[in-house]
Amino acid sequence: MTSETPAIEQPVQRPRRRDEAIPSRRERSVPRAGWMVVSGKEFADQLRSARFVVLLFVLGIAAVIPMYFTADAIRTAASNITDRSSLFLSLFAFAPTAASTGIQIPAAVDFVRLVGPLLGVAFAFDAINGERSGGTLPRLMSQPIYRDDVINGKFAAALSVIGLVLVLIVCVIAAFGIIRLGIAPTAEEILRLAVWVVVTFLYISIWVAFGLLLSVLTRSAATSALIGFGLWVVVTIFGGFITGFVGGLVAPISGTLDQQAAANALQQTITRLNPSTLYFEATSALLNPQVAAVSNPSTIGGYQQAFQRVPSLQSFEQSLLLVWPHMVTMLAITALFFAIAYIRFMRQEVRA
Amino acid sequence: MTAPSTRPTRKKIGRARSAAGPDPTATSHRRVEGEDRPRAPIRTRGLTKTYGDLVAVDHLDLEVQAGEIFGLLGQNGAGKTTTILMLLGLTEPTEGQARVVGLDPARRPLEVKRRVGYLPDAVGFYSDMTGRDNLRYTARLNRIPRDEAEDAIDEALEQVGLSHRADDRTEEYSRGMLQRLGIADALIKDPDVLILDEPTTAIDPLGVTEILDLLRALVSDRKMAILLSSHLLNQVQHVCDRIGIFAAGKLIGQGSMGDLASRFGEDVARIEADVETDSDSGAARVREVFAAIPGVTSVAAPRRAGEPWSVTVKPAGDSTRVRRAILAAASSTGLDLTSVRELPPSLEDIYRRAVERAAHGHARDVR
Repeated sequence: MTSETPAIEQPVQRPRRRDEAIPSRRERSVPRAGWMVVSGKEFADQLRSARFVVLLFVLGIAAVIPMYFTADAIRTAASNITDRSSLFLSLFAFAPTAASTGIQIPAAVDFVRLVGPLLGVAFAFDAINGERSGGTLPRLMSQPIYRDDVINGKFAAALSVIGLVLVLIVCVIAAFGIIRLGIAPTAEEILRLAVWVVVTFLYISIWVAFGLLLSVLTRSAATSALIGFGLWVVVTIFGGFITGFVGGLVAPISGTLDQQAAANALQQTITRLNPSTLYFEATSALLNPQVAAVSNPSTIGGYQQAFQRVPSLQSFEQSLLLVWPHMVTMLAITALFFAIAYIRFMRQEVRA
Repeated sequence: MTAPSTRPTRKKIGRARSAAGPDPTATSHRRVEGEDRPRAPIRTRGLTKTYGDLVAVDHLDLEVQAGEIFGLLGQNGAGKTTTILMLLGLTEPTEGQARVVGLDPARRPLEVKRRVGYLPDAVGFYSDMTGRDNLRYTARLNRIPRDEAEDAIDEALEQVGLSHRADDRTEEYSRGMLQRLGIADALIKDPDVLILDEPTTAIDPLGVTEILDLLRALVSDRKMAILLSSHLLNQVQHVCDRIGIFAAGKLIGQGSMGDLASRFGEDVARIEADVETDSDSGAARVREVFAAIPGVTSVAAPRRAGEPWSVTVKPAGDSTRVRRAILAAASSTGLDLTSVRELPPSLEDIYRRAVERAAHGHARDVR
């Protein structure tokens, strides 16, 4: 029988048949990891998908509407205050009041705080169970890639899309400020904005990782979308009430002044279980140099110090120091969700 | 035989992304020269998979040679898909071992998957991409250089007869077309082994013939080893060189149709004869003549005009002699005999009997 090395004795139909006897040569010659192929395809898919267009539109509106009203407010503010160093940043953080109706419009950052989680969940909720229900997962897994290449690639693709959208929107707002209002950012403002983009990215990553986890745990994309968006509503609307309520139960404010201060600090820690709170605190410290502290003092001495402090502008390093723990925490939450999703996915059966 | 061949694979455990060092398959080829038989591309020894108390696959010994089609036959839940997943390294065996193209799929899944084409049961494609783009993605995952991939894609689409619809989105494909695309998808990497899980379900009868012809051509031209699982017995019977009957995780019989027939058949052969008769008395005479031949156990008259007579022969080995005797009897008695032929053993009968026998044997083991 001559069947062991079919490549040699049969007429060469295709040129690539020749190196079939040494299968590893080709893989060495093209050193590309499987997850990059997966994420490349997923990235392209996301950009062409309807959800990308819709979310870009929603976020675009979220960026443009406050900007329109902010422009007037900033113009008047700019003529009055000349020493304010954060004029450029108020493009993002300033919550304007529409002059005609008197309705206060949320700032761009508040919009991002609301819509960011939606964006995160939307790009990940069907990552794995979509493949499962489409019957493509067994086929994908039978290709020469590792199992984690699939989940890594999908996570990377979702994060890339979000990074892209985020940078795009920040650029649009900044360009509007520079061209239309003529306010040029200082180097420090650019740094602050850059860190704010990173913080926002981490904040949305939490929700991407959560969406990915849902897509691993649930069988149908509809279920995970429902859970994901439902939780988004609960967290963004009722999150503050819930953490406040739990905080009040765990650490009621009573006793001596020092005890009250300590209880208050503990309550604040509990509210920080909500990523939205973390993001809010980090944003306010980054985009407003006047914010000197994000935590309530835990002793009466701390309060006294805070009152005696001369109001001054924080340097970039000082602000960064304030939000550093927030960033690390958000990264940790993301890593936790992704780790659970990863482990569960690796242990799941391939078949549908 | 297994001990020396495992050694080169054991050296590299885990995620060896860059396959450095001597190529394991090259060394295995050299080793093979000393052996009298070429190594089978698919081999399993005592392969076992349990889920808790449930034994999905029970000490499976299987060999599929290059250049043959092996049909895995079994009911739903018999362990066919689990076996296939273990061969691809997508599920780890609880016990025993498998060798695919000489490699352990549990330890070196990437190299195995690089050389094994797999068509999953109920294959799916990305519905918003064209058939061609779906195949391109597969080619990229296999690290096939772009220009080679385009040629391979064209060829594979041609082979499964989908060239004219290649640039339509797969959401517009019928179930049968998806199945064809799945076979093309498995062929893109130019595999040495093809594993097909229910390849012909949902394909129309004419398409099935085309697909089965394609499989035969792949086996004879490229010396591929093909393992296919199916519950469509007559298709398996026609295309497979050897058949394995799978029940409750056990391979209860394997071999060619003839082997299986002699093992599980009743040792009877069926002969069909077309006889022109014009009256009832003629039919009675035919019956008389046939029944008189030694070895014939029963004679069944045609239910409708134009249908053949059916003659049962026992033992099966006598069938040739009986056929000759029918011809001789026809000429000597003046019957208007137009044709005599032996029916191939029915896989359905064999399968039913094998499963029944295994079930009884199993019951005896338990009690």
